[in-house]
Amino acid sequence: MAVEIEPGTRLRTGTSAAMSGGGDALTVEIRKRFANGGGFALEVSFAALPGITIVFGPSGAGKTTLLDCIAGLATPDSGRIAIAGRNFFGDANLAVQHRRIGYVFQDLALFPHLSVEKNVQYGISALAVSARRQRTDAILQSFRISHLRGRKPGEISGGERQRVALARALVTDPCVLLLDEPLAALDATTKSNIIDDLRAWNQAHRIPILYVTHSREEVFALGERVMVLENGRIVAQGTPHEVMSAPRQETVALLAGFENIFDATVVAAHEDRGTMTCRLAGSNVELETPLIRADVGSALKVGIRAGDILLATILPSGLSARNVIPGKVVSLTQHDVIVTARVDCGMEMAVHLTLAARDSLHLQPGREVWLVVKTHSCHLMA
Amino acid sequence: MDWQAFWLTIRLALLVAAALVVIGLPIACWITYSRWRWKFLAEAVVALPIVLPPTVLGFYVLVALGSRSPLGRLWQALTGHTLAFTFEGLVIGSILYSLPFAVQPFAASFAAVDRKLIAASSTLGASRLQTFFRVILPLSVSGLVTGIALSFAHTMGEFGVVLMVGGNIPGVTRTVSIDIYDQVQAFNYAAANQTALVLLAISFVVLSVVYALNRRVWAVWPWK
Repeated sequence: MAVEIEPGTRLRTGTSAAMSGGGDALTVEIRKRFANGGGFALEVSFAALPGITIVFGPSGAGKTTLLDCIAGLATPDSGRIAIAGRNFFGDANLAVQHRRIGYVFQDLALFPHLSVEKNVQYGISALAVSARRQRTDAILQSFRISHLRGRKPGEISGGERQRVALARALVTDPCVLLLDEPLAALDATTKSNIIDDLRAWNQAHRIPILYVTHSREEVFALGERVMVLENGRIVAQGTPHEVMSAPRQETVALLAGFENIFDATVVAAHEDRGTMTCRLAGSNVELETPLIRADVGSALKVGIRAGDILLATILPSGLSARNVIPGKVVSLTQHDVIVTARVDCGMEMAVHLTLAARDSLHLQPGREVWLVVKTHSCHLMA
Repeated sequence: MDWQAFWLTIRLALLVAAALVVIGLPIACWITYSRWRWKFLAEAVVALPIVLPPTVLGFYVLVALGSRSPLGRLWQALTGHTLAFTFEGLVIGSILYSLPFAVQPFAASFAAVDRKLIAASSTLGASRLQTFFRVILPLSVSGLVTGIALSFAHTMGEFGVVLMVGGNIPGVTRTVSIDIYDQVQAFNYAAANQTALVLLAISFVVLSVVYALNRRVWAVWPWK
């Protein structure tokens, strides 16, 4: 998908570009307790560098509250929010309208009584007419919605509305951009087109972007960094690969797509080989896993992706994989082109297969099989 | 028909409706967005004229406007005459009497405006006042029309407050409804009927306009 956004300052006026101080990190260190939230408290501390930071987590984790605090729509109990020496919150509470924040809400909140053009111009009404027109034209063009300028939000499609909401937030030349699940309701193609446009815009305007999502695909498609929020706390952060491929917590693992998560106890540590043996709770299955700092007898969790498990119908031999577990197929279910086999090995494991593999192996419930798991496909979590 | 009473009533209703836009909008705005814990008391006070007998309201207004009250004395010092039994006094009484008929539709339509739109407006740099005029008000047009029309129509037909505060002075405080009462007292049923019909017609037209403007689906025209 070609993107026609020119890097540089086309969308900015001279003064505002100087004011935005491109390249500054947003520092957030806040605490907010909810009296009626069953003791729920948001307590986070992080610095968001220019570029896209994904805020990932289950619903109710406090993601939207975090964005609202940064925007000034909610007030933290204590702490500090600042960017480039400008204090949003701390000694004083800077009013929402003075923070220069771009916020794209989950339901977009386009003004239904205004045309696309008027919506986009809403935040720059203080500019002179010619400057306003120039900026509007540029942003409408870069989000490819120029042809919609006269229409009302009710008369355009979901993807187009999304683009209008982004354009409306970005045309103000914000110093921080907050996106609350902006693409949740869109189909995959529209989504990836908009992601491309957003990424291109971000190349030209290096500001911190906090992007809330609970979609795994979006994490990998967009994120330079990921921050996982759970129960109001940051439980993990790093690159998408670090956080999502080698999760250290069960919740992150579930979000990151680990279909198999088991309680286990350390049976033996083999420091010379860099491995350990762990027994899965409630079964006799022993797995060889990578060595971590854990005492023999201590409890931990093992996560294995369903796609990382091999399935054989005869006992395999001559493999480098150290874990070969016998079991019986319990059920086979199909989602699109992936078949999920549930295999009883003393506990149930989910295994992903292709349609062709299912058919050529003549798999059906009751069939005896062997599961093959590499040592390093076993991810250990606290 | 007493055209003098008729025009006086129209003048009074227009003045009151206009005043209620100016007074009612801030009150409605406050009622909608304030988080004051005793707000419900203020709401009850605003709604009082709906349930209060007009004579009770009229009595208190008369006392408040009279030459013994501070307000009445102030007015007398400024203008040389009292407020009671004058057109100005009538306007003040009518504003109080019709207040809920303006404030409640205003407040209901403000409350119906999505809070997210207000939040969006402020993140885009608009002050509260700008947000009110650029987002809340344009999205509350139907409530605005309803409030104005209801307070106009309600003032057109008021009787008790007018009688208490204004008396029955031709050309100054004699409104249509009092004129009808006078005609009936004088067994002049034909004239009373004429005036009553006009009042009925006006009320019907005003309410029809309100409901027509508030129709959601204009695709279905009544005459098709």
